[in-house]
Amino acid sequence: MNLAIRDVKYRLGRFVLTAIGVGLLLATVMAMGGIYRGMVEDALSIVRSPGADLWVVQKDTNGPFAETSRIPDDLYRVVRAVPGVREASPIAFQSIQLEYGSVSMRTQLIGYRPGNLGAPPAVAAGRPLAAGRYEMVLDRKSGIPLGARLPLGRMIFTVVGLTEGIVSSSGDSTAYVSLQDAQELQFLKANEAVRNERARLQADLRADPALAGVSSAALGSVIQNTNLANAILVRLEHWAEPAGVARSIERWNHYRAMTTAEQEDVLAKNVIERARQQILLFRIILLAVSTVIIALIIYTMTMEKSRDIATLKIIGATNSKIGGLILQESLALGLLGYGFGALLINLTYEKFPRRVAILAFDQTVLFAIVAFICVAASIVGIRRALAIDPTTAMAGGA
Amino acid sequence: MLAVAAANLTKIFGQGDSQIVALKDAQVSVEPGEIVALMGPSGSGKTTLLRALSLIDPPTSGEIAIGGEAIFDGERVLIDDRKLRRQRMGIIFQAYNLIPFLTTVENVALVLTLNGISHYESLARARALLQRLDLGHRADIYPATLSGGEQQRVAVARAVINDPAVILADEPTAALDTERGKAVMELLRSLGRTRHAAVIVVTHDERMIEGFDRVYHMIDGHITNH
Repeated sequence: MNLAIRDVKYRLGRFVLTAIGVGLLLATVMAMGGIYRGMVEDALSIVRSPGADLWVVQKDTNGPFAETSRIPDDLYRVVRAVPGVREASPIAFQSIQLEYGSVSMRTQLIGYRPGNLGAPPAVAAGRPLAAGRYEMVLDRKSGIPLGARLPLGRMIFTVVGLTEGIVSSSGDSTAYVSLQDAQELQFLKANEAVRNERARLQADLRADPALAGVSSAALGSVIQNTNLANAILVRLEHWAEPAGVARSIERWNHYRAMTTAEQEDVLAKNVIERARQQILLFRIILLAVSTVIIALIIYTMTMEKSRDIATLKIIGATNSKIGGLILQESLALGLLGYGFGALLINLTYEKFPRRVAILAFDQTVLFAIVAFICVAASIVGIRRALAIDPTTAMAGGA
Repeated sequence: MLAVAAANLTKIFGQGDSQIVALKDAQVSVEPGEIVALMGPSGSGKTTLLRALSLIDPPTSGEIAIGGEAIFDGERVLIDDRKLRRQRMGIIFQAYNLIPFLTTVENVALVLTLNGISHYESLARARALLQRLDLGHRADIYPATLSGGEQQRVAVARAVINDPAVILADEPTAALDTERGKAVMELLRSLGRTRHAAVIVVTHDERMIEGFDRVYHMIDGHITNH
């Protein structure tokens, strides 16, 4: 006769409500884990999506995701000549504010040369960028539909395609445009700024007798240079060894070449490490709170059964029978709570504003932790039960 | 052979100046099938004696034997007290003490399952006993829905289901009216006799005295006569 099952059945409503409470707590633990995983996936998706083997960036920088990196966009021609390089293409990254109707959203703008490296891995709706300009491929997360027209800088873009699940390390939606559009958005100065700069330059030219005849307008292409990129993406021949090619690029071209793994490492360590630690700490606190709450519930449930446990001792129940009752109830509470929490999070994780990645591995680890917590929590109840004086069952009063 | 033989039982609570002698040199002997009463005013040591005999709270000194086997030698408990109670004793409480989350039949069957008898056999035997006690129709409901008299009859069934050598009852009629109290006592008597068990009943209810084979009177921890 299983006493735990009988007791749970007898107090089913209250037991289920308690388990739901525990489940909500565990759902929060799962959500925090999912947010952490989502944050990592988001951060790495932008590095992985171009499918590059190497990232050539400004020397002494950690690449466009960690700090500013500016390099000439035609560098890709030089890089392409390095032995082992199959493809090379410039790419530009920039955070922008997109306005659509009354909605304003932060967006990670990615500029690439259509038909070359840097394109989104897949377009879920519409089409990829054609060679032309003023087109945009947005992530579905932005909520902006195909065909929408979006003013940006001095240009108006038309949304021609939608991607799915490609976001920045901070969870912002991504927008792909042609490299030239991205360069103009990032590097082209406003008309007033250009006029001011020309005036300043003209004054400097007049001050130097040797340059007195040079017009500032003739230097326009210098002061208005938009032929910059943030990185050159490199895809290698199948036989090439990434570290070796990276060393060659760094030695001869005075730039830094990072493998995708290094770029991911930089992103993980520099950009999301603190957030990761924060979430990990929060999860540990939540698990500690869960342990205390389950232990308190089990202790209270044991106290409520003090007289029954005393009676069981008098009619000869062994300590293992009494301990089993408490341990099984503790496990049932924790596992039912876990089941409820898992169900809740699996039904709702897609509705979170940021990506929540629920992995089977994380769920399994949490399941094992919850089982351990329940066993630990039951020790409190078992100690209390074994300390109950059987004579308390003989006190009078029906 | 005596079902219960206890000699010189003394129980002392506390130490030094706060010492209380709850039981003093008590002698108890009960034959199988015999039903005896322990009577006396509140605080006279009746329940202490019952606790001592069942090893729920062993005495400070004295000897106890059940069915000829020594279970307490004056210093040490010589047997697993819980095994003793689940195999050879039945205990009835004033407050019935049925387990609230078990149905009537499960409460009765519990003692058998604790003794290693299979779940289904235990339930079958418990159900048969409840039928004999006219409680068959109440077998599958929880104790909270039973009347006081019914609960005590279920408690009696739980105490006798394992055919114990000794049945100890602590004021089993105290919470019942006269009619129901008499019915419970009659049930205890008949089950004790038919099962050849020694029955020791703690009571201070003079109305119940006529059904006992012998009566131990207790005052201030002493058995004054029997």
